[in-house]
Amino acid sequence: MGTESQYIQYLLSGLTTGSIYALIALALVVTFNITGIFNLAIGEFVTIGALTAVSLLHAGLPATLSYCIAVLVAGLVGALVERATIHPARNASVLSLIIITIAVSIVLRGAALLIWKTYPYTLPPFVTAPPLRLLGASLVPQSLFILGLAVVAVSLLFIFFEFTYTGKAVRAAMMNQTAARLVGINPGRLSLFAFTFSGAIAALAGIFITPITMATYDMGFMLGLKGFVAAILGGVTNATGAIIGGILLGVLEAFAAGMVSSGLKDAIAMVVMIAVLLTRPTGILGSTRNSA
Amino acid sequence: MVSRNSCCRLLFCGVIVSLPLIIKSTYILGILILIALYAIVAEGLGVLMGYAGQVSFGQAAFYGLGAYTAAILATRCHLPPLLCLVVAPVLPTLVALIIGRSILRLREHYLALATLGFGILVYALFKEFAGLTGGPSGLTGIPYLSLGPFILDRDWKYYYLVWVILSLVLVSIDNLTRSPVGRAFRAIHASEKATEAAGIDTTTLKVQAFGLSACLAGLAGALYAFWVTFISPSPFSFTASVEFVLMVVIGGLGTLWGPLLGAAIIVGLTEFLRWAVRIIMPEAGGEFEIIFFGLIFVLIMLFRPQGLLAPRAFQGATTGKMEEEGCLR
Repeated sequence: MGTESQYIQYLLSGLTTGSIYALIALALVVTFNITGIFNLAIGEFVTIGALTAVSLLHAGLPATLSYCIAVLVAGLVGALVERATIHPARNASVLSLIIITIAVSIVLRGAALLIWKTYPYTLPPFVTAPPLRLLGASLVPQSLFILGLAVVAVSLLFIFFEFTYTGKAVRAAMMNQTAARLVGINPGRLSLFAFTFSGAIAALAGIFITPITMATYDMGFMLGLKGFVAAILGGVTNATGAIIGGILLGVLEAFAAGMVSSGLKDAIAMVVMIAVLLTRPTGILGSTRNSA
Repeated sequence: MVSRNSCCRLLFCGVIVSLPLIIKSTYILGILILIALYAIVAEGLGVLMGYAGQVSFGQAAFYGLGAYTAAILATRCHLPPLLCLVVAPVLPTLVALIIGRSILRLREHYLALATLGFGILVYALFKEFAGLTGGPSGLTGIPYLSLGPFILDRDWKYYYLVWVILSLVLVSIDNLTRSPVGRAFRAIHASEKATEAAGIDTTTLKVQAFGLSACLAGLAGALYAFWVTFISPSPFSFTASVEFVLMVVIGGLGTLWGPLLGAAIIVGLTEFLRWAVRIIMPEAGGEFEIIFFGLIFVLIMLFRPQGLLAPRAFQGATTGKMEEEGCLR
C-alpha cells in the first residue's frame, strides 16, 4: 500500500470512529443544554444498547426488532436514572452531580458485568458485502451505515429543534430557564426527556459500532470519554459543533495511531481535550450557564 | 471543641500504637497500611476540595508519579530508598505547580474533565514508556526501605511508619487550616470573587493547594512502591482517582478527620464486599462488589451530600455559594 492510500485508509477509519464519537457527543450536548449536567455515565448507555441488542438477537428475535428494543431499553434506563438520581438531587452542587453520574456509571457497568460477564460479543454487519475499494483504501459497508446514522441523527435533531413544539421548548429552556418556566415549560419533564433521549442515541451508536469493534461490558468508559472530548472540541452548547468535534477527533486519532503509536491514541485525545479547555476558555466557558 | 479534639487525638494515638500489638494477621495489617496510604492522598485532596473548593479527578496520576519516581530512582539509579522516598514527591509537586496555574482557571465540570483527562494521560504514559516504567508488566525488584541496619521488611514495621507519617500529615493540615492561609482557602470556597476583592491572590492559593495535594499523593505513592516492592500501571488508573474523590466526599468536605474516615470506609468496604459476596454467592465473582459500591455512593450523595462528618451548616454554605453564582437550577 502506498503512502497516499495509507492516508486515505486513516481518514476513512477516522471518519467511522469519529461519527460514533460525534453521536455520543450529541447525546451529551443535548443533556448538558437542558439540565446543565455532564452525564459521565453516557458511555454505559452505549454498552447497554449494544449488549441488549446482542442478547435479543441471540434469543432469536429478528435483527431490526432487537435493535429497536435495545434502543428503547437504553432510553428507559436513562429515564430511570434521571428519576432515581438526578431529579432528587437537582438542587445539589455541581460536584455532587458529577459524583452521582460517576457512581451511576459504576452501577451500570457492574450490572453489565453481572449480566454479560467479560466476554466480547459481536453483531453481524447490517449488510454482507465485500469491502469497498476507494483510492487504494478499503471501507467496510458498516462504516457507511455509521456515517449515514450520524447524518440522519443530525438532520432529525435539526428538524426537532426547529420545527417541533418540544424542540422549541428545549431551546427556550436552554436560553433562559426562568422565562421558560414562566411560559409553562416544565424543566423537570425536559430533564427526563433529555436523559431518555441521550440514552437512546448512545445505544444507537453502540449498536452501529459493535459489528466493527466488538462489545464488552467495559467498552463504554473510553467511548464516553471520547464523546466528551468531541463535545468540548466542538463547544459544549453546540450540536453541529459536537458532530464536527467528533469527526475531527476520530480522524486525528486514526492518524496518530497509524503514524505514531496506537498506544498513544487515548493520550492524544486527552492532550487535545486539555489543550482546548485551556486555550479557548472564553469560547467554551463563555457560552454556558454553569461557568459563573 | 478543643477538649473534644484533643480527646480524639489521644484516642487516635492510643488505637494506632496498640493495634499491631493485638492484630497479628498480616492481611489486616495490610489493610491498615493501605488505609493510611489512601488517607495521606485523601487528606491532601481534602485540602484542595474541602478548603480551596477545587476538584481533581486526576489524583491517581500524582500518586503514580510518586510511586514511579521512587521505584525508578531506587531500581535504575540505585539510590538509597530513604533518599528516593524524600525526593519522589518533588516531581508530582512540580508537575502540579506547572499545570496548576492554567488548569485551575477552569471550573466545575471543566476542571473535573481536565483533571480527569490529565489522569488518563499520565496513566497512558506509564503504559507507553516501557523503557522507563516497564510498561504494562511493571517494575519489579524495588528494595525495602531501610535506615542503616534497620530494614522495614515486615508489615508491622511498615504499619508504624505509614501511620506516623499520616499523623504528621494530620497535624500539619490541622495547623494549616487554622492558619491565615487556611482561612483564605475557605474564603475561596465560600466566594472566590469576594476573596479576590479582599486583596487575596486566589490563583496562587489554589495552585499552592493543588501542589500540596500532589505532594502528599506523591509521598503516598512512594510509600506504596516501597511497601509492595512491585508496581504496574493498574493501581494508578482513573478508578483510583475516583476513589480518592469519593473518600473525601464521603468523609465530609472541609473536615480534618473526614478523608481518613472516607479512606477507611472505602478500603474496608472493598475488602468486606469481597469477603461477603464470596460467602453469599460463591460463583458471583467480583461483579456484585462494583454494583454495591456504586449504589452506596449514589445513596450517600442523595441523602448526605455533605459527607458523614461535616456539619449541616457547611451544606448551607455551599448552597449559598451556588445561589450567589447563579448555579442553582
